[in-house]
Amino acid sequence: MELKLPPLAETGETLTGAEIVVRCLKEEGVEFVFGYPGGAVLHIYDAIFDQKAFSHILVRHEQAALHAADGYARATGRPGVALVTSGPGVTNAVTGIATAYMDSIPLVVITGQVPTRAIGEDAFQECDTVGITRPCVKHNFLVKDVNELAITIKKAFHIATTGRPGPVLVDIPKDVSAQSARFHYPEKVHLRSYSPVVKGHSGQIKKAVQLLLEAKRPMIYVGGGVVLGEASAELTELVRLLDYPCTETLMGLGAFPASDKRFVGMLGMHGTVEANMAMQNCDVLLAVGARFDDRVIGNPSHFAAGNPTRKIVHIDVDPSSISKRVRVDVPIVGHVKDVLADMLALLKGAKDKPDPAALAAWWDQIGLWRAKDCLKYDRTAAIIKPQYVIEKLWEITKGDAYITSDVGQHQMWAAQFYRFDKPRRWINSGGLGTMGVGLPYAMGVKLAFPDADVACVTGEASIQMCIQELSTCKQYHLPVKLVNLNNRYMGMVRQWQEFFHGNRYAESYMDALPDFVKLAEAYGHVGMRIDKPADVEGALREAFKLKDRLVFLDIITDQTENVFPMVPGGKGMSEMILAEDL
Amino acid sequence: MRHILSILVENEAGALSRVSGLFSARGYNIESLTVAPTEDATMSRMTIVTTGSDEIVEQITKQLNKLVDVVKVVDLSEGRHIERELMLVKVRAAGKDREEMKRTADIFRGRIIDVTDKSYTIELTGTTDKLDAFLEALDKGAILETVRTGVSGIGRGEWVLKA
Ligand SMILES: Cc1cc2nc3c(=O)[nH]c(=O)nc-3n(C[C@H](O)[C@H](O)[C@H](O)COP(=O)(O)OP(=O)(O)OC[C@H]3O[C@@H](n4cnc5c(N)ncnc54)[C@H](O)[C@@H]3O)c2cc1C
Ligand SMILES: Cc1ncc(C[n+]2csc(CCOP(=O)(O)OP(=O)(O)O)c2C)c(N)n1
Ligand SMILES: [Mg+2]
Repeated sequence: MELKLPPLAETGETLTGAEIVVRCLKEEGVEFVFGYPGGAVLHIYDAIFDQKAFSHILVRHEQAALHAADGYARATGRPGVALVTSGPGVTNAVTGIATAYMDSIPLVVITGQVPTRAIGEDAFQECDTVGITRPCVKHNFLVKDVNELAITIKKAFHIATTGRPGPVLVDIPKDVSAQSARFHYPEKVHLRSYSPVVKGHSGQIKKAVQLLLEAKRPMIYVGGGVVLGEASAELTELVRLLDYPCTETLMGLGAFPASDKRFVGMLGMHGTVEANMAMQNCDVLLAVGARFDDRVIGNPSHFAAGNPTRKIVHIDVDPSSISKRVRVDVPIVGHVKDVLADMLALLKGAKDKPDPAALAAWWDQIGLWRAKDCLKYDRTAAIIKPQYVIEKLWEITKGDAYITSDVGQHQMWAAQFYRFDKPRRWINSGGLGTMGVGLPYAMGVKLAFPDADVACVTGEASIQMCIQELSTCKQYHLPVKLVNLNNRYMGMVRQWQEFFHGNRYAESYMDALPDFVKLAEAYGHVGMRIDKPADVEGALREAFKLKDRLVFLDIITDQTENVFPMVPGGKGMSEMILAEDL
Repeated sequence: MRHILSILVENEAGALSRVSGLFSARGYNIESLTVAPTEDATMSRMTIVTTGSDEIVEQITKQLNKLVDVVKVVDLSEGRHIERELMLVKVRAAGKDREEMKRTADIFRGRIIDVTDKSYTIELTGTTDKLDAFLEALDKGAILETVRTGVSGIGRGEWVLKA
């Protein structure tokens, strides 16, 4: 990368590398650093000791530091910052880095490294951090010269937050954090090899608008890019202006209000019938900040062959997301906010209007799919249905809480039944699907929004993957609510075994579960166990009334409940299994 | 289809592993890869020969462009270009075969750059096809050692690849 070091100001202060790190974070307006100390970062911790620019949050496992920083970033849109030591600190952090990478979340990860002279000697707690993390970061750096530390951190923030966001790692050898240099923090960096496109091509945008206006069976497919690109307002205006149906991926939920009737639900493997059928049968598809993931489109040849005349417009800031799994007709590379604004301007000035008769017929068709009521479940059951818990959670929090989740069936029910009206309210791991994220995500969110309701929907298996963070929550007073949909199974695994492995439930039963109520109490929190449908609402209300306490709601749910609809792996979007089929 | 990609990268430690790591992580083929500094000391130029459908090569190009250290990528095979590879071959050259070996090298415009009483070391430059043809023309048993640089490529005419 080209280095454009500005001339050092004669008066620039001389600081140690460790102090430079702290000052850079201050310049970036960082509020929280999530971390865990160790030998290679001791100088940096020493510099943190008496500074007031940011708070350091001491987690109980480096994985959680990354997840918490990631949760903070997802909820605020600002980059999350984590600090870990060399060797095991880094390897523990890798899951968190990869999780953020897969969902394009901006993070700056600072890692300690053994002293430069010891690199390559199998030194104590040495690992090839840059090598290990290379495939799961947007970029990484090893800083060998203290004079390059500040500009490198500047570059890290710049790269993490622009274009398609992602984690950037800065590896700092211990001697570099001890040495001194003149401190200068550049306001801007220019990298000749990195300049993400912002403006979309105007000719392509015109073509796209024309296609949209001519559509008889239009569909708007919204992904995480709209959330990441802060383009909810533009998207919402566009959908309402056109009065077209809109669906969202797991990562896009909240970008368009779920309470609007134009929203046809999530699409994909566990998407609604109306969303998946409209995707499969539309004549013009507008994909916005979505990447045609395999859990969304299912089998790409089925998707293409089933409707060969469908025209696809795809807006994405990353050219490599376009035509990766599905060939598109009108690619538009650019920032979603800019491109949507340009489209809106054209649409408002357009003389042509969508064909009202065709649109009405299309909505009628969608109405028929909707009438299948594919998310229905047994509301009279004597056992607690997980879907019911999420509906009540939505009701009690007035649909306005921040909901984090872990990975499994509970995640899908949260996505289907908590109707998100705002972006950045739904915080979960989609791309990597990392169990264990839920609690640390909730910590990051609660720190960012201390007055907001923050609930973590989890499962008895997932929660045990980062349960140690209950201690962090105690230390920093983070009164989040844990909604444990306890089905005594790795439910999502059990569901696949039921459907595709002849009910052979190999190793998916969660034996020897702890008493979660006592566990919560042992960490200094409140625990509740709920096993009757009639008690769900009261317990939730009570939990949210305990404003300043973390409450662990251990909710004993139906062990055999499955997530429907389901598109089996390798099948097409219209080949869903519905509850009524079984 | 065979494609020749020319890539300008920042002359940074690790740039090569970012590129080669991309190919292995995404399951793309590398037939050959060469890299060396350019007239601008801050940049290196790589030539990668790969095979794949148009879709795959389009993805390879996009993914390469996404790497922060990559300044520019062009697919030379999309236009008129020249490709060359250098090969050094050590061959058995004793007795009556010695004269024959020299003649074959001459036909392919190879140069003998090292000699012992039993061997020749021949230097040969050309397209991959030409080097392959030379090896085929030799008696298999006569080849003691070969080393090839892999393909380097450049566009024809006045067009240049610049940052
Ligand atoms: C158990 C489980 C089940 C799942 N089931 C489903 C399911 O049923 N349905 C479903 O949808 N998903 C499901 N997923 C999630 C799935 O794996 C993917 O993570 C998800 O579908 C990807 O969402 P996305 O396409 O919105 O892309 P994201 O990963 O959110 O990517 C965002 C895209 O937007 C682009 N972008 C980013 N910023 C901008 C910008 N400023 N301007 C323009 N473009 C931008 C990026 O380049 C990228 O292409 C499931 C996950 C798990 C763990
Ligand atoms: C770290 C990790 N390991 C394994 C998996 C595979 N996996 C996906 S869902 C799941 C079960 C989750 O069980 P639980 O947390 O109880 O949720 P449930 O499905 O029962 O709601 C497993 C093991 C994963 N996603 N992440
Ligand atoms: Mg479970």
